[in-house]
Amino acid sequence: MNHLQSIAEFQTWQKTLAAGWDDSKPCLRVCDGTGCRALGSEIVLAGLREEINRSKLDTPIEVIGTGCPGFCECGPLITVYPQRISYQKIKPNDVSEIVSQTLMGGKIIERLLYTDPQTGGHIRLEPDLPFYQKQKRLVLDFNGRIDPTKMEDYIALGGYTSLVKALTTMTPEKIIAEVKASGLRGRGGAGFPTGMKWEMCRTNVLKVGLGYIVCNADEGDPGAFMDRSVIEGNPHSMLEGMLIGAYAMDMHQGFVYIRAEYPLAVENLRIAIRQAEAAGLLGRDILGTGFDFILSVRLGAGAFVCGEESALMASIEGRIGEPRPRPPYPTDSGLWGEPTNINNVETWANIPIILAHGGEEYAKIGTGKSKGTKIFSVVGKINNTGLVEVPMGITLREVIYDVGGGIPNGKKFKAAQLGGPSGGCLPAEHLDAPIDYESLTALGAIMGSGGLVVADEDTCMVDFARYFMTFTQQESCGKCVPCRLGTKAMLATLERICDGKGQPGDVEYLLELGEHVKNSSLCGLGQTAPNPVLSTIRYFRDEYEAHIFDKTCPAKVCKGLINYTVIPEKCTGCLVCLRNCTSNAIIGAKQEVHVINPDLCTRCGVCMNVCKFDAILVN
Amino acid sequence: MQISVSEINDIINQEAIGDGSLIAALEEIQERYRYLPPEALILASERLGVPLSQAYSVATFYNAFSLKPKGKHCLHVCMGTACHVRGSPQVLDRLESKLGIQAGDTTRDHLYTLETVNCLGACALGPIVVTDGEYSGQMTIQKVDQLLKSVLRAEKEK
Repeated sequence: MNHLQSIAEFQTWQKTLAAGWDDSKPCLRVCDGTGCRALGSEIVLAGLREEINRSKLDTPIEVIGTGCPGFCECGPLITVYPQRISYQKIKPNDVSEIVSQTLMGGKIIERLLYTDPQTGGHIRLEPDLPFYQKQKRLVLDFNGRIDPTKMEDYIALGGYTSLVKALTTMTPEKIIAEVKASGLRGRGGAGFPTGMKWEMCRTNVLKVGLGYIVCNADEGDPGAFMDRSVIEGNPHSMLEGMLIGAYAMDMHQGFVYIRAEYPLAVENLRIAIRQAEAAGLLGRDILGTGFDFILSVRLGAGAFVCGEESALMASIEGRIGEPRPRPPYPTDSGLWGEPTNINNVETWANIPIILAHGGEEYAKIGTGKSKGTKIFSVVGKINNTGLVEVPMGITLREVIYDVGGGIPNGKKFKAAQLGGPSGGCLPAEHLDAPIDYESLTALGAIMGSGGLVVADEDTCMVDFARYFMTFTQQESCGKCVPCRLGTKAMLATLERICDGKGQPGDVEYLLELGEHVKNSSLCGLGQTAPNPVLSTIRYFRDEYEAHIFDKTCPAKVCKGLINYTVIPEKCTGCLVCLRNCTSNAIIGAKQEVHVINPDLCTRCGVCMNVCKFDAILVN
Repeated sequence: MQISVSEINDIINQEAIGDGSLIAALEEIQERYRYLPPEALILASERLGVPLSQAYSVATFYNAFSLKPKGKHCLHVCMGTACHVRGSPQVLDRLESKLGIQAGDTTRDHLYTLETVNCLGACALGPIVVTDGEYSGQMTIQKVDQLLKSVLRAEKEK
């Protein structure tokens, strides 16, 4: 790779790369994201390369490891180009068949195709999969197509064109005007208008002559992994967005603050930065224009609160991640007291798209106040776990049933949890609510960073609320009293209710305390921590009351309220449950009906899991 | 594991030359020794010019740092939301009772450390257990038992 000295050199290079990009050339694209790797894609990738080498094909077929195309449920995923045949759930021993049958014989292997659960038929091609039908993939467009470790792939498909456009034909004011016209709002959760933030920041930078740009990649919300997938699958899109932002706000130094729990994303990000520096697209005198931008990576050290912007800045400065009161906002006084602009990964990755198409064109997607697309990670009790990018304004029902494929095992949908520990639950009656910032907030949930966890009839909503409260309580930094002690008191109450020791008045107490914690906490963590509790009380108060007054857990989850017993008519006396019980709570002998001693039983449920005769009852 | 003061010094010096901070230096040391020995905190505070109290506060604030030595093998149970609704509490319970330790602790023979982690972002696989960097997905109590058996057997054969 040459160090590009001018815009013209870049354009020549891009033309060459674009001309060399050929989607009609046979190749295999294998998802090499964290999700598919965990399912064994690395072995599949290596196996394919080896097998192709060995088979001595007439024309060698390239095997490309790509970022995550989103359909995690069916990983490891392979797409055979040029037809775009989609093979799913690939095991290492499928490799030789793929090479001999499909690559050499031109035949499609039916058993590796996606089976439509409705019709039972096979779907051959990736674009025809129902999972992609209602999606609008702008940010995730290149995921699954390019090799994230090759900058050339990104540039061949038009990458860095928006940066060149900005540097050559646009003034900083014009760029900010475009971002404002696009209506883009922060994708990290709060939804602040991006263009407005940039404008405020630019004004301040011009006054003091210094400022910093930050990418918040500290995706701590459990169940959300869209930022990880963008960085893993297409890191240059985010870098390009940051470069455009730096140019528009006249800033020359930036940081990416990323979670250390995402090793592959960190690796791909570092590769991308090195490549961009080597190519002259990052560093001093970018493309000979005189514009400088230095970017460093900072690794998070495992603290959820560092996703909050003032805590994040403290952490970059090398201190403990404690938030501070705002104002002053980072745009006025941020890193080392200078104006600082913080946006999250998905927001940055939207910027090149906005500049390429124009702000007004971008604003045609979405609803009145929520423009563009949003990526959700749809997880939990759902058939098609994965990453989906949908236009704002789509309904929850479309996301869960049309894209997500509904609830597994014929169970009933109970709630969708949006926004993680800061968000809330929406019950079935709001399935037709449009997904946009205002509608979700009005219903007691939030857009959040895009985690969407589906709960079914087997999920206890009180236990669910307790789970989130345990999380926020552990992650509370302890600086302010309402969050430090308020979350503790709320958690203690929830634990009591789940243990079967709930008292009349507990729900009212949680509501009152929750409001106090919301209103008086220092930062976003405490101000939103009660949301999961308040929203479950709002929609599932009957479950709380069943725990408190009837001492029952309707979903049969809470250990203090359930008992395991053996159904004598069904028990064959096979000893399996007895052998698996770690607390020696099961008494019995061969071919004798077993009995569970409730005093020793820890309610772990292993007996029910291992029983082949459905002889264990929980009530 | 043997602690080498000169090695710790090298790590800190490297960070001090670059644009790294106290956190970056401690992350490097943690990565090398899998915990922060007292020497590391003292040396880092002297070399980087921060009070020892600040080095200690950083070392105890972030989950990634540990002041206690870790076991030879690490088992991480993902406690993310998706794993939670799919049964990770039962998986953790089983590991705790089988290893005889609580999450966050190390077995007495210093072979195994059991830890929880807040979401690895591989939610399609939930519940997930990671043993020394290797992912095992869709865990059930039976699968945990098998996993543990193979981990224990591999250690014994060494």
